[in-house]
Amino acid sequence: MTPAAPPPPRTSFGSALVRAVRDDRAATIGALVIAALLLLALLAPVITRITGQDPYTYDASALDPGSGLPQGALGGISGTHWLGVEPLTGRDLFAIVAHGARTSFLIGVLATAVSVVLGVALGASAGYLGGWWDRVVGWVGDVIFGFPYLVFMVALGAVAPPSIPRQVLLIVVIGFFGWPRVARVVRSATLGLARRDFVRAAQAMGSPPWRTITRRLLPNLWGPVVVIATLSIPERIGLEAALSFLGVGVRPPTPSWGRSISDAIGWVQTDPMFLVVPGVALFLATMAFNLLGDGLRDALDPRTARQGAR
Amino acid sequence: MATLRYAGTRVLSGLGVLLVVAFVTFAVFYLLPTDPAQLSCGRPCTPENLALARGFMGFDEPWWQQFGEFLGGILTGRTFGSGATAIDCSAPCFGYSFQQSATVVSLIGDRLPVTVSLAVGAAVLWLVVGVALGVVSALRRGSVVDHLASGVSVIGVSAPVYLVGLLGILLLGFTLDVVPVSGYVPLAQSPVDWAWHLVLPWIVLAFLNGAVYVRLTRGQMLEVLNEDYIRTARAKGLPERTVIGKHALRNVTLPLVTLFGLDLGGLLGGAVITEKVFGMPGVGSLLLEAVGQLDLPLLLSTTLFAAVLIVVANVLVDLVYGLLDPRARLT
Repeated sequence: MTPAAPPPPRTSFGSALVRAVRDDRAATIGALVIAALLLLALLAPVITRITGQDPYTYDASALDPGSGLPQGALGGISGTHWLGVEPLTGRDLFAIVAHGARTSFLIGVLATAVSVVLGVALGASAGYLGGWWDRVVGWVGDVIFGFPYLVFMVALGAVAPPSIPRQVLLIVVIGFFGWPRVARVVRSATLGLARRDFVRAAQAMGSPPWRTITRRLLPNLWGPVVVIATLSIPERIGLEAALSFLGVGVRPPTPSWGRSISDAIGWVQTDPMFLVVPGVALFLATMAFNLLGDGLRDALDPRTARQGAR
Repeated sequence: MATLRYAGTRVLSGLGVLLVVAFVTFAVFYLLPTDPAQLSCGRPCTPENLALARGFMGFDEPWWQQFGEFLGGILTGRTFGSGATAIDCSAPCFGYSFQQSATVVSLIGDRLPVTVSLAVGAAVLWLVVGVALGVVSALRRGSVVDHLASGVSVIGVSAPVYLVGLLGILLLGFTLDVVPVSGYVPLAQSPVDWAWHLVLPWIVLAFLNGAVYVRLTRGQMLEVLNEDYIRTARAKGLPERTVIGKHALRNVTLPLVTLFGLDLGGLLGGAVITEKVFGMPGVGSLLLEAVGQLDLPLLLSTTLFAAVLIVVANVLVDLVYGLLDPRARLT
């Protein structure tokens, strides 16, 4: 038996991605910055072992004994401390930024993964099955959109028991609040696909819904999903940093860019480099993902409207 | 009549969402093993004192019963404890902060002017500047202004508010010394000082939030300018000003209304980060104080308050949408 209508070609998806990134200069820069930061995050323990530093050890010798400020210009930048040191403790800022990248990427990427898995599963099933299931998913999504998630997460961070590892809590909570947006995009893409001949043909041949969704729909949903995932990661990274900035994110001494920026408030006037170093790292990461995401969207999915959230 | 029914269903569904948010928040906070009575029980905290505190606050009842009393309190008010030490919380009672010895309604009410000043001022600024820049970018596509606006808006979308805020404080507050570094002065006390303290937060928030408006206005404008009715308007010999201002811009307003309503509602509900950076004693700071003191009733009510604003913003957006676009009323 030969299929009546062949599905659209999908072998070219990987190369389409590469081409989309290569043809867009901003997206190329974004991809390169992400690769560099990702490498820094993955190799942080190795790199800091080479520099002989770690983000936890206090180093009073790098500080001015009277004021607690770093010794030397620009926040104490030197051969041993590549990006200077933290005032008051003398901890190595390069090690803090490198290990902070691990925290940011871990939470940003895994929380996005949670949103994408939930969003694709719920969005595709809602769009394909329709009926009461579609209404339930849509309604739950509406409730979550009405949820003041930042305020709720701050409050939750205060009351959550210490026995739950903070990283796990952040990944689950941030990821959970992100699924409705993915689901909306996936649902509308599914509605469009469900009318196409190759899906109809599969249905006509008696393919059960589960099989149709996984074999026919999902392979054709990659474009919008990749775009929304790439644009979600910087928001999740920003959210983790914001929560750590507010004191309800990852617990010290685990390094986090957001907490370092929060620590820098009191030193803005006397040691601005302490603000600039983690701040630039965070800004580079979010901007790189935004540039890459915009480029991918233009190439793969020009109709998806960008929604800002802050 | 159709309009009234449309408005009615929107308001009802908004109330439904609020009820669910309240229920979920309540359940999550009260199921976690945090004991608010333990915190307000004096030292040494004997088991009798603890039981007394629990009974006084109503924390000794099952959580679903507490939720019922919470909802009842909103409508009819509540009294905690009895006799001479009883605390009266008149309707609408959204809870009582035992740590701050005040009803949460009065606590939020005290802080609200700060947050409103901050959010509304910034919102007006970003709406005006964002839309104006977006229109200019669309009309002069590919010009220096267009490239500059899109470059700046990429930065605005990516930069976190605390980073831009702190850099602004460093540059304008400490180095150039043209604006205050932090704090808030009530409008009634001195309008000049009020505006002077708010100007930097307004600019920072407008820069970050306005970026999306530039992008959205530009994109929508480019789409609209290709429509037939614009060509017709131009062919009729209407001045370009009328074509852009009346015919084109009117069709760009719909998505802008949605975005603006949700942004403003979200910001009013808790500009937590901005208030922390600029040392403003608003609703967001109240939330952070509640976090520090583990003040459960206050945490619950600030979350609910933020939800109310988001839901109200959503309902208003839907209603405005119905007014602007008659087609929306039909669905």
